[in-house]
Amino acid sequence: MTDTTAARNEGAKQRSFFQALQLDTRLLGMIGAFVLICLVFHFYTEGRFLTPRNIFNLTIQTVSVAIMATGMVFVIVTRHIDLSVGSLLATCAAVMAVMQTQVLPQTFGFELGHPMIWVIALLAGIATGIVIGAFHGWMVGYLEIPAFIVTLGGLLVWRNVAWFTTNGQTIGPLDETFIKIGGIGGTLGVTGSWIACALAVAAALGLMAASRRRKSQHGFPVKPMWAELTVGGIVTAAIVGFVAILNAYEIPERVLERRFEARGEVLPEGFTTGYGIPYSVLLLIAVAVVMTVVAQRTRLGRYIFATGGNPDAAELSGINTRLLTVKVFAIMGALCGLSAAVAAARLGFSTNDIGTLDELRVIAAAVIGGTALSGGIGTIYGAILGALIMQSLQSGMAMIGIDAPLQNIVVGVVLVLAVLVDIIYRKRIGE
Amino acid sequence: MAPPLVDLRNISISFGGVQAVKDVSLTLNPGEVVGLLGHNGAGKSTLIKILSGAYKADSGEIYINGEKAHIASPRDARRYSIETIYQTLALADNLDAASNLFLGREIVTPLGMVDDDQMEAETRKIMQRLNPNFAKFNAPVKALSGGQRQSVAIARAVYFNARILIMDEPTAALGVHETQMVADLIKELKKQGLGIFLISHDTREMLDLCDRVSVMKNGELIGTERVEDVTEDDILSMIIMGKKPEAVA
Ligand SMILES: Nc1ncnc2c1ncn2[C@@H]1O[C@H](COP(=O)(O)OP(=O)(O)O)[C@@H](O)[C@H]1O
Ligand SMILES: [Mg+2]
Repeated sequence: MTDTTAARNEGAKQRSFFQALQLDTRLLGMIGAFVLICLVFHFYTEGRFLTPRNIFNLTIQTVSVAIMATGMVFVIVTRHIDLSVGSLLATCAAVMAVMQTQVLPQTFGFELGHPMIWVIALLAGIATGIVIGAFHGWMVGYLEIPAFIVTLGGLLVWRNVAWFTTNGQTIGPLDETFIKIGGIGGTLGVTGSWIACALAVAAALGLMAASRRRKSQHGFPVKPMWAELTVGGIVTAAIVGFVAILNAYEIPERVLERRFEARGEVLPEGFTTGYGIPYSVLLLIAVAVVMTVVAQRTRLGRYIFATGGNPDAAELSGINTRLLTVKVFAIMGALCGLSAAVAAARLGFSTNDIGTLDELRVIAAAVIGGTALSGGIGTIYGAILGALIMQSLQSGMAMIGIDAPLQNIVVGVVLVLAVLVDIIYRKRIGE
Repeated sequence: MAPPLVDLRNISISFGGVQAVKDVSLTLNPGEVVGLLGHNGAGKSTLIKILSGAYKADSGEIYINGEKAHIASPRDARRYSIETIYQTLALADNLDAASNLFLGREIVTPLGMVDDDQMEAETRKIMQRLNPNFAKFNAPVKALSGGQRQSVAIARAVYFNARILIMDEPTAALGVHETQMVADLIKELKKQGLGIFLISHDTREMLDLCDRVSVMKNGELIGTERVEDVTEDDILSMIIMGKKPEAVA
């Protein structure tokens, strides 16, 4: 009797401890699942999974899908779907590749390696994505064709428009600066990474402090100070740890030799340095921050979620839901353009099959990340974590030596299970 | 005499084959409560949705303060200071009370970001007045009881200083105590000079709150009576038989 009461009190105390921290339990669950996956693979690969080298590779492999997944959150939140993102990525990549290898050098006379080439090519690719995305959105919003159909058509159309753009050829090698957007060669270096790390920690803690100040100014309840400090400490540790790992991945000696040679110097004896944060990861972080701000702090984001929650209510509140649909698909298109740059830059070429099946990875990432297909619910960080989980599963299985067909079966099963767990979780908390 | 606040003239609308509203004319004056009665499907909600900009009438005109009004969208209606509590409440279930209250009219910071804290503070203020027991400010409205959801919808209509208020079955989900609070609120707003269209099935409540009542049946207006001139039975027979009391008597 007393035992059970004590146990219950203990349970209550623990619950209030976590409540005081006000952490998102679903985020914790996802991080837990991710850590578990990593540990299991680490064990089965005899310690090869959680190495700086593998973590570095995992991050740069995740970026392209993760960037698109943040846009897919908005699409799914508004109760639509976009099956065309992989093909749209291919068209954007083709445009960027043709732009930098043919149009700019031949038609506009930019010399190879001209510093403007990568900028113009990138902008052309993103513009292509925006225009095509907006066109999809217009058909969905104004012509009222279901998004499933519009983008299923788009899946076929844009894959083959890409083919015509490149005449079915692999285009490359791409511009040297452009390649840094996604390639292993484009990293901040150790010092730069630590500076970025310090800025990120300062920004995170600054935002937490500002939020607390605002809340207490309005007289709203705030977390106890110790809880605030605990969360701040965890966030700081996570950022510093991540940067330390990326910095610990050392650039191979022959690569360093070549770099020094290019500058006309000789590699000093015993000199080593790490890669640091890849530019593509910085790009993903920037996209994540911007998309989160849009989702949580702008009218556009508010209307996206309101429309997903109750389209009629949104309409009756004076929201132009048709135009909103155009905007959501245009954002998706812009992000496909960015992802195309990362993916093509990582390969160094634009290939015919670039982005194939990405639509499924992107949708799976968003859904595993907690975006509800019934609309109105989803987070940007969830989608990114979802992309990371998907990529870890795939690379981990490849490292163990599991055959590709079995890998796909596992990924498919995990997708369905993740959604099932999510449904049960939501029922439990009565959302 | 001053023109009426709202003058609906010969409003008709049909959906496919269903003529939901047939040639209905109604007026509303400042400081007046006009009740709309009728069976389910009589066309009451459809009629007021034309005034609130949710539907566009097939024919007929709307005059506000004697001037012809063009109401093609909910946004237009808001420009005429028309606020509506819809029968369905029209809340985004996934958002909290403040986000719903300010939906489409968010308070923004100088940088153009939505100011959630400011909106929550305003929501707490108005809820203090309308429903002091309301405490779930940070939960999605899905997690609220029927009465609490109703008070969010009412707060949204009252907050923005409406001149014309449309209330479509505002007490449907409420208990006795909360219903009384809504009745008190209607009386207070009436005193402030608002014109109110009220839809309810509670005939006695309507006779208590309204200055005039209009009865609809099958999309047609059966008649409009001053409450002093009719009894509850007169109203009921209008609703059921679709005839004016003189004809019944
Ligand atoms: N959007 C719509 N589409 C088709 N029919 C509708 C629509 N809205 C209302 N109706 C029809 O119009 C008639 C009047 O409905 P309504 O105005 O909701 O009645 P009340 O509010 O008096 O119960 C009903 O027959 C209803 O089915
Ligand atoms: Mg109705």
